[in-house]
Amino acid sequence: MAPTQRLAGSRIREKRLDRGLRQAKVAEKVGISPSYLNLIEHNRRRIGGKLLADLARVLNVDMSLLADGVDAETLDQIRSAAATLGDTVEVDRAEELAARYPGWGALIAAQARRIAALEEKSQMLTDRLAYDPLLAGSLHEVISAVSAIRSSASILVGPEDLDRDWQRRFHENIHNDSVRLAASSEALITYLEAPEAVLEQSGSPFEQVEDYLATTGFHLAALEEGANPDDVLQDADLGDAAATVLRAVLKRYVSDAASLPLAAFQKACKDNAYDPAAIARVFDVPFSTVLRRMAQLPPGKGHPPIGLVVGDAAGALTFIKSVPGFSIPRKGGACPLWPIFGALSRPSQPLCQHVEMPAPNATRFLCYAIAEPMGALAFDAPPALQTIMLVMPDPPETAHAPHPVGMSCRICPRQNCTSRREPALLGIGPASVL
Amino acid sequence: MGKRVLLIEDEPNIIEAISFILSRDGWTVHTHEDGTTAMDKVLGLPPDMIILDVMLPGRSGFDILRELRGHDTTRLTPVMMLTARGQEKDRELAMRLGANLFMTKPFSNTEVRDHVRNLMEA
Repeated sequence: MAPTQRLAGSRIREKRLDRGLRQAKVAEKVGISPSYLNLIEHNRRRIGGKLLADLARVLNVDMSLLADGVDAETLDQIRSAAATLGDTVEVDRAEELAARYPGWGALIAAQARRIAALEEKSQMLTDRLAYDPLLAGSLHEVISAVSAIRSSASILVGPEDLDRDWQRRFHENIHNDSVRLAASSEALITYLEAPEAVLEQSGSPFEQVEDYLATTGFHLAALEEGANPDDVLQDADLGDAAATVLRAVLKRYVSDAASLPLAAFQKACKDNAYDPAAIARVFDVPFSTVLRRMAQLPPGKGHPPIGLVVGDAAGALTFIKSVPGFSIPRKGGACPLWPIFGALSRPSQPLCQHVEMPAPNATRFLCYAIAEPMGALAFDAPPALQTIMLVMPDPPETAHAPHPVGMSCRICPRQNCTSRREPALLGIGPASVL
Repeated sequence: MGKRVLLIEDEPNIIEAISFILSRDGWTVHTHEDGTTAMDKVLGLPPDMIILDVMLPGRSGFDILRELRGHDTTRLTPVMMLTARGQEKDRELAMRLGANLFMTKPFSNTEVRDHVRNLMEA
């Protein structure tokens, strides 16, 4: 049943009660049984056309006020917002709320989106403050200069007699440190002014493309409906490099959508519990096509959160669609334990792994990955491999312990990891042993 | 000759200031700026007390402290950490690794001098 239809019943009931009319009376006036009206009012029967018009007339309201409703995405967002407060919110009455107070419903949904965006921004800034070596270096420089100035100045104004040589020396030190302090303070201010710009601009062409796709939830409805990719590309309004990347992404999107039409694919996903291997068998398509297509599922349609990462044989990540709790660095070394990298050692073999991030969060994910040759193969030439990984958070518990993974060595507290390539930052873990 | 204090620190002007303060207070001050070779310097002396920075070139002061506490010669040598990293987790780590005192920059000369006196007398 369409969302509008689901909500129409609630609106009819609300208007009838507002007017103090009995269900049996209204049913009689429009020529249906009271039990049928009851089903309609509880959104268990479709309504439209003449019956809706008759009800609107009996209830003395404009028909559009009964029929217009909120979309399913808004409803999902209201439910999500309610879920953040746990048992204290009547989540099961979200539909009723949206039907009776569409304005308030839209407001709740908008605020939930805003809060999510701000949380993400806040997390980015927190990560930046916590892990950015540039910031740590700048602060260290400032504190060191201040320490040296304070100590030297204390000596100069202290009770002890200093000969002229010592006086000159400490004066010189103070001067040099003050110059250093001015420079490092300026650098720090420049750095601290940067976050807004950093957050608003997208760095690499890959990130610009992902930022654009994120605005549509990585689902391009226009392409699904047959729009020309060039029109989508033009609407995206990206720079040359990012546009080149997006063009390739759109071309692949169209190809994948042709292999796996949305309606049938969504049904197959639900019928097969989002198992990409099973879905690939249903459509007889490559495993990687299903992984990409799953990451293109429309938001707000009841699908679980699905992330996707694409990389090359050098470990460079060229596409990241994140999901809550999942983070993998594009720049700098990602943890090599993720299946996306393991797949490179077994080209063309699909992998399925449960993985777990380090404590204290210990977030778990179900990952599917495969590495495949790109382009046409040539005699005696090594294939160029592309590796792809699907990420689904919070999978059900399994009998086997999940594989340990991390974000990157520098911020990973795991000890005795054979894949560690560099020590953790000071204070991250108790030991920095390779 | 006074007791030997080894200052492992990479900021030249801080080295000069602390050396001056402690020398005037009667200590023989040795200095070293590199984290990688700090243990060689320690074992070559060895000092009666160590003032140890955390962020050193080549090796962190925490790693050096860990090795100091694992070595027979320096297991009991008083160590005062002196660092710009003043977070509680840094303090906890230093004390867990066996530091006798954790001091943050910027510091007061008088405090440094008094802490050195106290640690040497303890």
